[in-house]
Order: sequence, then structure tokens, then C-alpha cells
Amino acid sequence: MKKDFVERNIKYIFPLPALIFVVVLMVFPVCYTFYLSFTDWTLTNASGINFVGLESYFNVIKEPRFLAAIGRTFYFTFGAVIFEGLLGLTIALLLNKNFTGKGIIKGALLLPLVATPVAIGIVWNLFYDPTIGILNWVLSSLNLPPNGFVTDTATVMPSLILVDVWQWTPMITLIVMAGLAGLSSEPFESAIVDGANPRQVLFRITLPMLMPTLLTALILRSIDALKTYDIIYAMTGGGPGYASENLNILAFKYSFQYFRMGQSAVMLVFLFIIVSLFTLGVMKLRTRFEL
Amino acid sequence: MVISRKIRHKILHTLLILIILIPIIFPFIWMVMSSIKTQVDIIAWPPRFIFKPTLINFEKVFIEQNFFHYLKNSVIVAVFAVLLSLIIGLPAAYSIARFKQKKIAVFILVARLLPGISFLMPWYIVFSRLHLMDSYTALILSHILIALPLVVWVMSPYFDAVPIELEEAAMVDGLPQQKSFIMIVLPLSTPGIVTATTLSFIFSWNNFMFSQVLSQQKTRTLPIAVYNFLSYVEVDWGAVMAAAVAIMTPAIIITMIFQKYVVQGLTAGAVKG
Repeated sequence: MKKDFVERNIKYIFPLPALIFVVVLMVFPVCYTFYLSFTDWTLTNASGINFVGLESYFNVIKEPRFLAAIGRTFYFTFGAVIFEGLLGLTIALLLNKNFTGKGIIKGALLLPLVATPVAIGIVWNLFYDPTIGILNWVLSSLNLPPNGFVTDTATVMPSLILVDVWQWTPMITLIVMAGLAGLSSEPFESAIVDGANPRQVLFRITLPMLMPTLLTALILRSIDALKTYDIIYAMTGGGPGYASENLNILAFKYSFQYFRMGQSAVMLVFLFIIVSLFTLGVMKLRTRFEL
Repeated sequence: MVISRKIRHKILHTLLILIILIPIIFPFIWMVMSSIKTQVDIIAWPPRFIFKPTLINFEKVFIEQNFFHYLKNSVIVAVFAVLLSLIIGLPAAYSIARFKQKKIAVFILVARLLPGISFLMPWYIVFSRLHLMDSYTALILSHILIALPLVVWVMSPYFDAVPIELEEAAMVDGLPQQKSFIMIVLPLSTPGIVTATTLSFIFSWNNFMFSQVLSQQKTRTLPIAVYNFLSYVEVDWGAVMAAAVAIMTPAIIITMIFQKYVVQGLTAGAVKG
């Protein structure tokens, strides 16, 4: 039977619309950003787009605000992801048996994940509020001194990390729970036959078997944490002062508040490189563990 | 003694569940409580757990602030972005699964991984020149870039799991492959499509940054409207919390209805399978 044109070329025709879309809306823009990073373009400046080579790069690298933002991006990411990993794993292991109420907990775990980050940020701002916030009331009930939380340069980053940990730990928990459910029962059975105690089972069997899942989850989470924007913008706008600016917030301000497109593009190139390295990490891991 | 140990175990277990559960849901409870408090009750010290509820904040949000306008915008943008993503994403995911087009998969998934702001600045420039700022077109296009990778990410393993024999049998009977995709594969993949649709809807619904730049009064979506409540001189916490409740409710209802699918979608990719 003769195949028609669509069927003969289905492997090109089917992905084509999606590919065109991604090229036009992602690849071109990314290339354009890259090009802009070699210019001094400032939207408010009448001189237009001038090619200046690496000058914008030098200007940005000399900028203390930029260096601090890079440091904060990593601080936020590692701070949040380490806690999310430990806490998420612990909770998943604690919940790893059948009991009444498991369904409710699973449902509750989903809530932070689907809640609008901007709104979450605002709710936490009410918690953190120095004069009416419930957290300071808790502190004072425990006879502890009040805390400025997001209004204090010393505590703003940990306070933001806590919100991220609250919102995304359930993600790790759910992924680990799914991973646990998928483990084959054989190694556990033979371990019990061989007389292994629960701790040995946990550290010698469960955790090593979970490692690939957990690592992939943590890297995916890191990629998102590197790009954190909504919560920080909603809660502090990068302040007080510049104390909670990460790369994403800073690049956003350079683009849409100062209109220094060239320098903003340089920052985006850096963010791009950092995220790409993590992305490569995901792919390497996936091939290594044949995920 | 056996019984008492059983009871003790049960109490410990319940306690453990509460220790996990309360921190997760307390912010939601406090948000809802604050949304039905008067300003006096909200700024009271110590914080009040018992108070006379009021609906005045919701009145403010929905009647004075024209929240329905932003709600409509959010729905329009999310629905069109998800629909269009399915239309171009499902065939792509099918092709990736059937013809093992790994490179195409990676290419589309990169959009999920790169920071949105690295497209946003060029979009801002181009959309301004095309007079598409504050248009649904620009917003929907930007939100497709959120939804499309999710569709491909969720669906290609799904299509991969549909046995090829089913299609081959149909093709022997003379059904072209594109028709067998629509008539056989898609109906068999309904759970996956539900997962992809739910997740992309929620992610589009929650998106802040794209709308923040690309929309103004006409097409402004809910997250921006909620954020703008903060910009008043004195924060009207009750109204802000009512707005937060209003924006989260649809996403949470959808999540509860499709709970199983949302879990699958969120854990897809990290878990082998």
C-alpha cells in the first residue's frame, strides 16, 4: 500500500512545529542576548547599539554588586538544596510504610508545590513581619529576642532559604517516595534472611539504591534554585539594600529598571553558563546511571 | 502489655505525622484565617487565633479591585498556552518516542532548564517593536515556552510505553500512522495527557516574571495583581491574603482532583520508569 506524504515524512513533520517554536522563541532570543553582551546598549541612551567587544564583561566583572550576587546565587542554591535533600529524604523514609493518613500527607505535600510562589512569598512576609508576624510572637513566647528576618541584612538570606525549603522539600519527598516504591524487593528480602539489622538495610541497601533518583532530583532542584526569582522579588525585591539580590534579580533590574541591556546581557550569559553546567551534570548522571 | 505497646506506638506515629503535616499546612491555614480577619484583628498583638470572621477582604478584592478582570486574563493565557502546547507538543513527543529522536527531546527540554529571563529581555525588545506589548499574543507565546517542555517531558515516556503492535495492526489494515496516532495512541495515553495538561496549566497560572514584563493593565494576570496589592502605602494584609487565597484556590482544587497525575508529573524524569 502506498503511504501518503505525511506518513512518509512523519518523523520530520510531527516534531517540526514544536522545533520551529523553540528556535524562534528560545534559540534566537538566547543568541540575541549573547550578541547584546558585546554591546554597550542602554535603552535610555540615544547612542543606540554599539559593538564594544568585551568591555561590558570587564565592567560587569568589576562591579561588586555582581560578584556579591553570584556568591548569593550559590549560597541560596546550596543552602536550600542541602536542607531540602536531607529533610526530603528523611520524611520520605519515615513515611515509607502503609498507614492510615498516608493519602492525606501525600495530598498535603502537593500543596506547597502548586501554590503560586508570589502569594507564598507574601504569606511568609506576614509570618516574618517584625511587628505583627507570628514568628516573632513564637520567639517572644520562648523568651528569645525578636528577629528582623527579611528586613535585616544579616538574616534575610537564611529567611528566604527557609521559604524555599518549605516550598520544595515536598518535591524531594515525593520523588524519593516514588523511587522507594519502584525498588525491587529482592535485595531487602535476602538481607533480612541474612540477618541484617534495619540500620544496615538503610545504609547498605536502601540509600545506595536510591542514590541515582535522589541525585537527579537534587540537580534538577538546584537548576531551579539557581534561577529563583518570584519568591525573592515578592518578599524583598532584592533588599534590604542589595542584601538578597541573586543573579536573576540583578539581571532583571539591569534590564527592566536601569535599561542597561548590554550589561544585563553579560549577567545573563554568566547565569546561562552556570545553569548549563548543571544541566550537563544532569545529562551526564542520566547516562551514567542509565536513567 | 502488648496492647499498651501498640497504643504507644500508635500515639508516636500520630505525633510524627502531625510534626510533618503541621509545618506544611500551617501557612495555608494562617493565610485563610488572615483573609477573613479585619485589619484590627490582623495587626493585633499577640496574634489572634479566635476572632469574628468577615468577608470584607474578599469584597475589596473582587469588587473594588476588579479581580475578575485579572482572573479572566489568567484563564485566557493559561488555557490557550496549554492547548497550543498540546497541539504542537503531542506530535513532537510521539515522534521522539517512536523514532528515538533524543536530540530533539534535549533541544525542547533545554527550554525548561534555561533561565526564563534570558529569553525575556529579547522578547521585550521584539514585542515592543511589533507593538505586541500588553497583548494576549505575546503572553500566550511566552507561556507556551513554559508548557511545551512539560508536555514533551511527560508525554514522550508515555508514548514510548504504548505497545507498537497495536499501531502496526491498525496500519496493516491501512490506517496511516498519523491517524493511528490520533485514533489509537492518544486515547490510550489519556492519563498522561491529563498529567501534562494539569501541570502546564498550574505552571502557567503561577508564572510571575513573564507577565510582569510583557503585560500591562489590559492583559495583567493574577500573580502580578496579587503582588501589586503590596505596593500601597500601608499594606492591607487582609486584602492581600484574600487575593492570595483567590489565586491559589483554583490551582489547589485542580491538584486535589488530579492528585495522582500531578504526583506523576512532578516526579517524572527523576524516577526511572
